[in-house]
Amino acid sequence: MKSMGVLITYPMSTYLQHQLHNRFTLFRLWDLPNKFNDEVGSIQAVVGSTHVGADRQLIDSLPALEIVSSFSIGLDKVDLDYCKQRGIRVTNTPDVLTDDVADLAIGLILATLRRICESDRYVRNGLWKQNDFKLTMKFSGKKVGIVGLGRIGTAIAKRAESFNCSISYHSRSKKPELKYKYFPNIIELASNSEILVVACSLTDETHHIINREVIDALGPKGVLINIGRGQHVDEPELVAALVEGRLGGAGLDVFENEPDVPEELFRLDNVVVVPHIGSSTVETETDMADLVVRNLEAHFSKKPLLTPVV
Amino acid sequence: MENINVLITSPMNSYLEKQLDKRFNLLRLWTFPQKDEFFKEYSGSIRAVAGNLHVPNDREFIDSLPALEIVASYGVGVNHVDLEYCKERGIKVTNTPDVLTNDVADLAIGLILTTLRRICESDRFVKGGLWKAGDFKLTTKFSGKKVGIIGLGRIGTAIAKRAEAFNCPISYYSRSKKPESNYKYFPSVVELASDCDILVVACPLTEETRHIINREVIDALGPTGYLINIGRGPHIDEPELVSALVEGRIAGAGLDVFENEPHVPEELFKLDNVVLLPHVGSGTVETRNEMADLVVGNLEAYFNKKPLLTPVV
Repeated sequence: MKSMGVLITYPMSTYLQHQLHNRFTLFRLWDLPNKFNDEVGSIQAVVGSTHVGADRQLIDSLPALEIVSSFSIGLDKVDLDYCKQRGIRVTNTPDVLTDDVADLAIGLILATLRRICESDRYVRNGLWKQNDFKLTMKFSGKKVGIVGLGRIGTAIAKRAESFNCSISYHSRSKKPELKYKYFPNIIELASNSEILVVACSLTDETHHIINREVIDALGPKGVLINIGRGQHVDEPELVAALVEGRLGGAGLDVFENEPDVPEELFRLDNVVVVPHIGSSTVETETDMADLVVRNLEAHFSKKPLLTPVV
Repeated sequence: MENINVLITSPMNSYLEKQLDKRFNLLRLWTFPQKDEFFKEYSGSIRAVAGNLHVPNDREFIDSLPALEIVASYGVGVNHVDLEYCKERGIKVTNTPDVLTNDVADLAIGLILTTLRRICESDRFVKGGLWKAGDFKLTTKFSGKKVGIIGLGRIGTAIAKRAEAFNCPISYYSRSKKPESNYKYFPSVVELASDCDILVVACPLTEETRHIINREVIDALGPTGYLINIGRGPHIDEPELVSALVEGRIAGAGLDVFENEPHVPEELFKLDNVVLLPHVGSGTVETRNEMADLVVGNLEAYFNKKPLLTPVV
């Protein structure tokens, strides 16, 4: 398979690059702005990420493209319809990252409610010698509302249950096999939750699913956790609500224009902001990279894809 | 009961003070700058003490209050109270178990996640504008890691229940095996530390458990192991832990308690693989109020000659 040309769009993982380089002829998009035209004919696969995917322009520039294997679960950066149209296969990396993302959601809840980062700073700044830290908000027993009850939403629910939280959710359709309370309307979910977690995929329908109305329904004691996509949230509305105290707090792993994060959030001590690290552990990066490689190997061997989306 | 003198030893909760004020004649120790004068005037009439670990109720303290009948401690740990001497003197001691179990267990999991996933460091990374220059580094997965718990009481059990939801295999060490438990028992802390990835201290502080985490245990935990302490600072030989962290002989630590609070070894401040918290295990509005209610409830029960709610001695 060494003759197969694979284009990686962004340096998201050194391990992944090594694995691809060992098996295929690897092209690095960021290294070939000028030579690009010479190589295009030999590129049969694109490995994309949440940073740089495969949009129509890229797809059109690669006449030999057969497969897009995304190093992510979210495919909002891949033009799926166009791939379908062109007969290009698409794979992603579900399951292997479910636990890490769910872990981070709980981590963000605890860091936000219990002010863990703020109190760590408090100690390091020597303030404990003067006074005890302020009291914070309990997590156990709180009402958790989850938007999107797929693999990740379900994993978050399972963890939150162990903290004696009551779980409710909103999704496109009710899941009768699950015992959690279903709300057909996201405003009702927000009104009935103390912690609202965004865990659905990003589509045209879920763009800005968290808007002013939802934020108002969540209210001044409510906390928003986003481990989905930045575009799930109307970011200016969220920032205004936090600055004005209309929302109790937020734990955010994703933003509308990564890596830009609204700086008004930086001085709010009820906000935890992390740089899209949902699946960024050594263990999971390896698992995700292995899955990308196995999907490509399966494709080039004319075997069934492991995790196809298109 | 307004003529009963109750001494509160530090300003730990204004709601508690209010509740005690309503029912008793409350004396606030910290408002008397001249301690000798204070004890001279009031020692003969103080029948109850409400306090926490900030002011130890050692033999000397107890001897200075000859009329003392009950110590209602605000917290679950009572290592700061000379229990033997109280028993000898016929002084009752109560604490505040159960109401704080969930908060402390939540914080243990919070420390695990913020330490392994470097949440605080990555929050600083974003706020310092560093994300624009490159992605944050990779961290360590929590789900599925082996969690070893020292002390499988209320808090240890609550921690285990939560860690199980993260698919973690649970093992433990305690004074005696718990036959009703499905978790794996290790008869020594060193063996537990060798086996697990994340070691959590959740036992009470006694003479036997002082420095239960020593050099040997730290070595057994090793360079890929993490230590979490939501018990008491003296559970750990702190200088040994500091040098192990500075030298990279363990992977990281999440600590809510220290040997000499509020002093925290400053060598730890420049390490990014540690999370350092100011003893906030039970520090939520909800729980501190419940703890206060339990302190008041115990005192009321005592003076009404009813059974104590949560007696220790």
